[in-house]
Amino acid sequence: MSLDKATVARIAHLARIKVPEGELDHLAGELNTILHFVEQLNEVDTQGVPPMTSVVAMGLRRREDAVTDGGQVEAVVANAPNHVAGFFAVPKVVE
Amino acid sequence: MTNLTHLTLAAARDGLRAKAFTAVELTEAHIRAVEANRALNAFITETPDRALDMARQSDARLAKGEGGPMEGLPLAIKDLFCTKGVLTTAASHILDGFHPQYESSVTANLWRDGAVMLGKVNLDEFAMGSANITSYYGPVKSPWRRADGKDLVPGGSSGGSAAAVAARMALAATGTDTGGSIRQPASFVGIVGLKPTYGRCSRWGTVAFASSLDQAGPMTRTVRDAAIMLRSMAGFDPKDSTSVDTPVPDYEAALTGDIRGLKVGIPREYRVDGMPAEIERVWQQGIDWLRQAGAEIVDISLPHTKYALPTYYIVAPAECSSNLARYDGVRFGLRVEGKSLNEMYENTRAEGFGAEVRRRILIGTYVLSAGYYDAYYKKAQQIRSLIARDFAEAHKQVDIILTPTAPSTAFAVGENDDDPVKMYLNDVFTVPASLAGLPGISVPAGLGEDGLPLGLQLIGRPFDEETMIRVAGVMEAAAGFTALPHLLRGEV
Repeated sequence: MSLDKATVARIAHLARIKVPEGELDHLAGELNTILHFVEQLNEVDTQGVPPMTSVVAMGLRRREDAVTDGGQVEAVVANAPNHVAGFFAVPKVVE
Repeated sequence: MTNLTHLTLAAARDGLRAKAFTAVELTEAHIRAVEANRALNAFITETPDRALDMARQSDARLAKGEGGPMEGLPLAIKDLFCTKGVLTTAASHILDGFHPQYESSVTANLWRDGAVMLGKVNLDEFAMGSANITSYYGPVKSPWRRADGKDLVPGGSSGGSAAAVAARMALAATGTDTGGSIRQPASFVGIVGLKPTYGRCSRWGTVAFASSLDQAGPMTRTVRDAAIMLRSMAGFDPKDSTSVDTPVPDYEAALTGDIRGLKVGIPREYRVDGMPAEIERVWQQGIDWLRQAGAEIVDISLPHTKYALPTYYIVAPAECSSNLARYDGVRFGLRVEGKSLNEMYENTRAEGFGAEVRRRILIGTYVLSAGYYDAYYKKAQQIRSLIARDFAEAHKQVDIILTPTAPSTAFAVGENDDDPVKMYLNDVFTVPASLAGLPGISVPAGLGEDGLPLGLQLIGRPFDEETMIRVAGVMEAAAGFTALPHLLRGEV
């Protein structure tokens, strides 16, 4: 299947990336090239094949449920473009 | 004094211990080389003051006989590893001004063992690319030249690492490999690149691209150097849930030179249509070398090889779209204001990401979106299981697998970039092992008809880097690769 302009615009919104109207056609073309390339996977019979969940055969480790880090407000916000009193500051969300 | 920048990592280590020169002298020589080769654009951030400071501390420890395994050895660090207080960019505009408040586990391990940081080297943006042409900081040039005089790419994504090591700006460099980003550039510039088994090196503090594939590894000028450096980089880390808790062996001790009786698999599916004759020739040469050294050559089959690349181009973008969701203009890096929070996100991400990263995020978003997840992502993960199963079956018959590293020698800037899929084909031989999480190493094997380096790849069993290193050492000795990049000819 092929992506049309409207679908590309919808995906771009889902990904929160603004794509100018004028670039949508070109981008749809590029994305379709990639999607056509991966379509050959449909040739493979995967009936009953478990999807890979871990590339190394290992279970997830458990650890004690204890606080191991924290209390580093300054370090956490040190790289924020805008922060106020130890909080990240963003444009107003509630009207 | 010998030319300090032309020493191997091992020779520099031994020279420091024998007090033939100091860590400060060694570091100063490399700082001069970094400055002299700025035209390659290999470094994003140079840290000469920090390097000299670290070198002075190394000299003090060496004087007391307390030097670590990597004491005083100057390295280049791919700018994907977070380095505390030192600008870390992932070669992306969106990480503008990001100064990590913590150190990645891999670099922390290297500093623990005494290594010296020369600076942070260039890469494809977020390690997405095979030519180091997608960096926000501009493309990296290879120190190699072709007869037509055009600038060549160093491969990617670890292109700055590859160029820095090949041009003798650093004794060695860290790289990361998601689908071939250590091995392919190593092949392009005539150095050794080792991708360990998934889980061998901690991913903590390394900027994530595709978490189920990303793995750090050494890029060096010899196999011995890779063995030395891997030992320092590797190790269990409780901060990475996929880090594996098995002891790190002395990889250097694996270099016995004896591969008699070892079984080497040659996968027939890697003879792809239209493979250049020179690749075929170098591969056959590698087979002959290993046979002459006493190994047994076995034809094997990895039936799902042709599906590895399309599988990768679903799995990697899917994981990338999730991982890169964190760049939202709120917590770090670039922010482009907007009238609402959503508009701020959209503006920031539109300006912050380059074209290739944007493409992959969009593909990933699509294949994970409602209604398409099963058709694309689940299907790809099923085929990934089949690819891993192929390798597991093959490794029952053979100890190691030998293939070419890349389907060509280095190409020029501007070539292969008209079509994203054409560029992706660079990774056709490296991606399968990545999907299966297996260790791989590229060893320089010879020169193509254009006078440019070609590497051969060995793929080992999980967590059996030692056998891989042993075979790589034998192949390296047989190849006797001594060609220098054109940039350095006349220097020695």
